[in-house]
Amino acid sequence: MPVRRSQPHLFIAIFLCFFAFVGNVNATTDGAKLFAIHCAACHGDKGDGGIGVPLTLPDFLTSVTDEYLFQTIRHGRPGRIMPAFRHLGDEQIRAIVEHIRSWAPKEVKLIPGRIQGNPEKGREIFARYCARCHGPLGRGGTGTGVNFTRLHNLPIVAPGLNNPGFLAAASDDIIRTTLLRGRRGTPMLPAAKMGLSEQDVEDVVSFIRSFEKQFQPAGKPAAAPAKPALIAVSTKPFSETVERIERAISARRLRIIRKHSLDDGLVAWGEENKKQQVIYFGSIRQINTLLAIDPRMGLFLPNRITVMEQDDGKVIATSINPLRFGSLFNNANLEHTSRELHDTYMAILQEISR
Amino acid sequence: MRKETVFLPAILLFTLLLLPTASVHADHLLMVRVSQPLGVTLGSLKKAIQEQGYKVARVDMVNIGLLGMGYTSSKYRTVFFGKAEEIRRLSRDHPQLVPYLPLRIAVFAEGDSTLLVAIDPATYGEFLSDQKADATFERWGRDMERILARMRGS
Ligand code: HEC
Ligand code: HEC
Repeated sequence: MPVRRSQPHLFIAIFLCFFAFVGNVNATTDGAKLFAIHCAACHGDKGDGGIGVPLTLPDFLTSVTDEYLFQTIRHGRPGRIMPAFRHLGDEQIRAIVEHIRSWAPKEVKLIPGRIQGNPEKGREIFARYCARCHGPLGRGGTGTGVNFTRLHNLPIVAPGLNNPGFLAAASDDIIRTTLLRGRRGTPMLPAAKMGLSEQDVEDVVSFIRSFEKQFQPAGKPAAAPAKPALIAVSTKPFSETVERIERAISARRLRIIRKHSLDDGLVAWGEENKKQQVIYFGSIRQINTLLAIDPRMGLFLPNRITVMEQDDGKVIATSINPLRFGSLFNNANLEHTSRELHDTYMAILQEISR
Repeated sequence: MRKETVFLPAILLFTLLLLPTASVHADHLLMVRVSQPLGVTLGSLKKAIQEQGYKVARVDMVNIGLLGMGYTSSKYRTVFFGKAEEIRRLSRDHPQLVPYLPLRIAVFAEGDSTLLVAIDPATYGEFLSDQKADATFERWGRDMERILARMRGS
């Protein structure tokens, strides 16, 4: 009888569905697991820091509310590496917050509302006492907690305070408490040790809050992202184009590191497409500069330009467009070096279209 | 065909779609921390890539010149991989994608653990409008996630 025979199938199917559901990590609400998946890569397995700041410090955990943690995860820190976790549900974020809370003392009760300091006075105090670490405009320190090219001394980078993610998460009282308490175990000292009075602290809090005025109003479309690649069309045949690129690289005192076909290593030896040559080049100084700003830049180092002859005989050369890095890496500190790198690539590529 | 014989494969497919694909979406980047030193991680990464059906093209030692310059660590590698046919097709059809080909995972030592970083291949779909390519990028994205999820579990 068909109906009866279908029952085991149905049972298996339901069982599998259930299994898939509980096994689906994207839907899990296990805070420890979610932290391991989404946060540990940057903040460390135990939250003790890495590319991201440490999250386990008692002074940190007793200066912030659960709401602060929740909003920080939800909004991230635009332009400061820490991504926004828009795809996580409220339940999942709450589970992560709970997991963070399991490390140290409970949250403190803070006073909601605005602190009425004098932002003008705060500006002066900020320039004198804070800017050397947090940047003159509060944009935050450069680099990350990890520098892969030197010994691993886990420096802690001063966070961006002039940041929509930070300001959306932090109440005035959280900022004040952070200043009064400092963060033992980091370069961030308590206000008193910096020689600041409670009034100074309130003034500086109001100054930090005033950064909010500069942010783009929500809903205003962001500028379109830069093109992913730079492409130049050559006026010369393939091998002459390769030579021109190489000459242009050397003329800029950059070293050619190696050259091989795009499919090298993917196809059998001797079967490579010789009309797709990748040229790797760079300087140690440049590689170090970029890695120090963001080690993840290693994905695009050393520099590379590919020269290709297309099916119609047209010869082109192409490179990544470094102006895309800022949005790809969520790191505003890459802006300056990316522009420099963009100009270098452009100059080299233009040599072939003369 | 009887009803239930259609029903079961449909459910199975649905189940497969729900199965875990764990990774960190740091916006356009996928990142994973592995509690093993770099050398061990590299070995298991190559294996994971191969078992996902891709060929490892090369392992780059990017900062090779740094050791001689007073730098004490050189713990940073890039693993390139792909499928020859896909790389050939996409590089021919979409030159603007070539700088991102073949696929790659950067591997950094961080103390005793290792950090893996990759661009989420799904991002490439934003670079061009080509539905056929989108299907490839989505599959790459899923495969990349599986490779990284395996590494996190290792
Ligand atoms: C010597 C460098 C240094 C100086 C000077 C300094 N800070 Fe900091 N600050 C840091 C570091 C590093 C952190 C991150 C600490 C951590 O990891 O928890 C920090 C954290 C903070 C935070 C918390 C930000 C966040 O995202 O959690 C605030 C607010 C802050 N500082 C404000 C100030 C103000 C205002 C001043 C000046 C009165 C100041 N800091 C001076 C280094 C500094
Ligand atoms: C791609 C790396 C990265 C990932 C992934 C990441 N973070 Fe962060 N996080 C950072 C960085 C970098 C900062 C400091 C931002 C700055 O310098 O302005 C930060 C800051 C924070 C802060 C503010 C700390 C303070 O002192 O106020 C919290 C809280 C935080 N992250 C929690 C998390 C949680 C929870 C997750 C996982 C859901 C996560 N982060 C995932 C890099 C990351």
